Amino acid sequence: MGRLRRTMLYVPGNNPGMIRDAHIYGSDSIMLDLEDSISIKEKDAARMLVYQSLKTLDYGNTEVIVRVNGLNSPFGRDDFEAIARAKPDGIRLPKTETPEEVQEADELITQIERQSGLEQGTIKLIAAVESALGVINAFRIATASKRLIGIAIGAEDFVTDMRTSRSADGIELLAARGQVLLAARAAGIDALDTVFSDINDEEGFTREVKLIKQMGFDGKSIINPRQIDIVHRVFTPTNEEVGKASRIMEAIREAEKKGLGVISLEGKMIDKPIVERAGRVLELYDAAAKNYALRGDRHA
Amino acid sequence: MLNGVGRDIPNEIYGIGGLRPYEKTICSQRNDMNGMSVYKKNPGRKKVAASIQEAIKAAGLRDGMTISFHHHFRNGDYVVNMVMEAIAAMGIKDIVIFPSSLSDIHSPLIGHIKNGVVKRIETSGLRGAMAHAVSDGLMDIPVVINSHGGRARAIASGEMQIDVAFLGVPSCDPCGNANGYSLENSAASECGSLGYAKVDAQYAKKVVLITDNLVGYPNVPFGIPESQVDYIVVVDSIGDPKGIASGATRYTNNPKDLLIAKCAADVIAASGYFNDGFSLQTGSGGASLAVTRFLREKMLERNIKAGFALGGITSQIVELHEEGLIGKLLDVQSFDLRAVQSLKNNRFHYQIDAEYYASPDNEGCAAHQLDVVVLSALEIDLDFNVNVITGSDGVIMGASGGHSDTAAGASAAIIVAPLVRGRMPTVLEKVNTVITPGHTVDVLVTDQGIAVNPIRQDLLYNLKSSGLPVYSIEELKEKAEKVVGRPEPILWEDKIVGLVKYRDGSAIDFIRQVKRSKEYERRY
Amino acid sequence: MKIHQTGIAGTLESSDITIHIEANEGKGIWIELKSTVENQFGKQIRYIIKDTLQKQDVTDVFVRAIDKGALDCTIRARVLTALSRAANCSLKLWEVK
Repeated sequence: MGRLRRTMLYVPGNNPGMIRDAHIYGSDSIMLDLEDSISIKEKDAARMLVYQSLKTLDYGNTEVIVRVNGLNSPFGRDDFEAIARAKPDGIRLPKTETPEEVQEADELITQIERQSGLEQGTIKLIAAVESALGVINAFRIATASKRLIGIAIGAEDFVTDMRTSRSADGIELLAARGQVLLAARAAGIDALDTVFSDINDEEGFTREVKLIKQMGFDGKSIINPRQIDIVHRVFTPTNEEVGKASRIMEAIREAEKKGLGVISLEGKMIDKPIVERAGRVLELYDAAAKNYALRGDRHA
Repeated sequence: MLNGVGRDIPNEIYGIGGLRPYEKTICSQRNDMNGMSVYKKNPGRKKVAASIQEAIKAAGLRDGMTISFHHHFRNGDYVVNMVMEAIAAMGIKDIVIFPSSLSDIHSPLIGHIKNGVVKRIETSGLRGAMAHAVSDGLMDIPVVINSHGGRARAIASGEMQIDVAFLGVPSCDPCGNANGYSLENSAASECGSLGYAKVDAQYAKKVVLITDNLVGYPNVPFGIPESQVDYIVVVDSIGDPKGIASGATRYTNNPKDLLIAKCAADVIAASGYFNDGFSLQTGSGGASLAVTRFLREKMLERNIKAGFALGGITSQIVELHEEGLIGKLLDVQSFDLRAVQSLKNNRFHYQIDAEYYASPDNEGCAAHQLDVVVLSALEIDLDFNVNVITGSDGVIMGASGGHSDTAAGASAAIIVAPLVRGRMPTVLEKVNTVITPGHTVDVLVTDQGIAVNPIRQDLLYNLKSSGLPVYSIEELKEKAEKVVGRPEPILWEDKIVGLVKYRDGSAIDFIRQVKRSKEYERRY
Repeated sequence: MKIHQTGIAGTLESSDITIHIEANEGKGIWIELKSTVENQFGKQIRYIIKDTLQKQDVTDVFVRAIDKGALDCTIRARVLTALSRAANCSLKLWEVK
């Protein structure tokens, strides 16, 4: 199964102090940003800083994503040329509205991979939809390129486009979240939720994380290391869930040994979706188990 | 012979010895009882002197004598500067000053040093302009750095004789019963425990108390009893309340410090010492203090209560105590007003002196009873030696404090520090100044991994089997250098400006004068 | 590469370095450095600045640098950005090295 993307720590790309330490906090991914957090006058500086940092620093097992400026902006092309050559794990496209935008990006990366002697397809893509049109096109966007590993929501721009504002219970994001999730699942890629900006409101944040996890999201963008543990905690399976998942996998193994076609456990049939879900639970459990702090705090 | 009530008393009696006839006087004329002068025990005598200068005169301060101060007022202290000004005005010279520590506010000492009023200094630490000046070679005789326990040992053993102790006290009665707070009024300069001052009061030849809050007799409870006091001076203010104590020490918000603190709490939980009734000491800020926050969660989870906490008491520790998670508090220094309040009101929050706290001559001292201590470090080397006093540029900027005492005494001495500060690695081949020797240091916790001293195979096993990210200290050093590169060594001049004494009085390291770059401008 | 004007990049934040680049006709590479880690990394910082410039075939510049503990990659990035701003051309500098 794929890599976990429960948490993506957002790092302004013109801040060397934050760039060098981003990976120590234990998030699954980090996103170095060249777009909205960088002023127009500093786009060149941020691009060069992220480029040099990517080429030099060792981020260990943390996935490194770079959010570039869109190809329809004056900076996008240069961003792609520079960043693709620095070999991040992936590039995030902002404000995606059409599948053509994704294809254009895909082709550009392919070109650069060829020029740099990289195996084609090494650099992945994440598409962020941040407008009504983008959300409507979510499925076409999600299937527009083999490089795509996830589709994300950018709430701030989206609610502006929808002529509303963000609220505590997030009703204004219902349509967007629903569409993006459906698109992600149908396309077989990750669904990633938007940032929660009030870092002091731990209760509100926890509520939102529980909501989006229940909806089915794979992860969330975060803006402060303090948010990481909360997300990981919510995504950590309960002892009961882990127990059940283990029993399911055990039953599968037993059945395979005996060459049985139909598998049942405790009187219920186990079919493919159940197995996949069990596998996912155990993956999340393993990730949590690696983090010592979470192991001790697993809730029953 | 006839005595003062007309009885005929023999001059001596066989089996008892010579007899001194009763005379009609109010007090005893003898000088005895631990060398305490008759002056102290005379209830009729007035101890309140008209001014600091009067007290200095009456105490008989001469050129070359040793005087002492405490540092309970931290960077809000007025006493050192007031007393030194008076001494300078009186033309007294070559004084040895022996404060328990010094802060930024004491930079006027630079002038006194230049003018020959101060000849030599023994302190736990130096900060600000004074520290820079000393590092630049201001003094002819090196400054001696003592730990808190080492200072108490030196005083109690007689190795350091204090001629006159000048102790600022937030409350005092006319006979000299003094305390770090008052239960009857709100002492403006209240500081809580007078742990460091108590030792000076007990052993100094002459004791001068300086207060801004003279109360009626008897000032109970007292940390310093009247029998130890010679003179009292009343002044308008002995310190700036804002510099003495904040309302409450705040937890850090710095994500890196929080990460380190969380990891340190995990280390404590896995160490084998995290059992009901365990004892703890933490630092007063940064990651070292924040450990309490994460440890609290684990204590609640596993239903473990601490038997006592020692220190350096902060509002965080008080909170845990009042929550019922820490049984008793032994307080040698109260860091904030919440701690002061607690000392006033909580009956299991107790004032202790520096000798009781950490003197190595005191086999059962509180520091030796500790299970766990969490300490910071500026530098640590491959032998686990720790530097807390000279910065990455070689300039003095901190204090020895209770670091080496508690590291030696605690069963698990845990150092918390970021792997890198700016571009400076914390882990070096050799630290620039050894304050705490490596054989007393057990675990290093950084934001990018943990190292365990190889002499503690038991801890190594416990931490490794708990799945914590344990590396060798060499690996941590390499990790740091991979990111920042390897620093060139600091450049020194030949002159020795500081001598570091270990808690037993032995010489453990020395500090040289820094070689400054051509562009360096003195800002003092 | 022609230096038309002063090129400035970087900030005074911790872990960053501010680089000012000006033309220094016929006088070679001059570096004036103020660093919080002068003793320990001064030599290295000067080396990185010089090396980055030389790899761009730049020979006559005056560099004023104020360093707050920047890593080598940050120094390179700021020098290259200041250089491209001084030369007023968006160079495909990432293609080199």
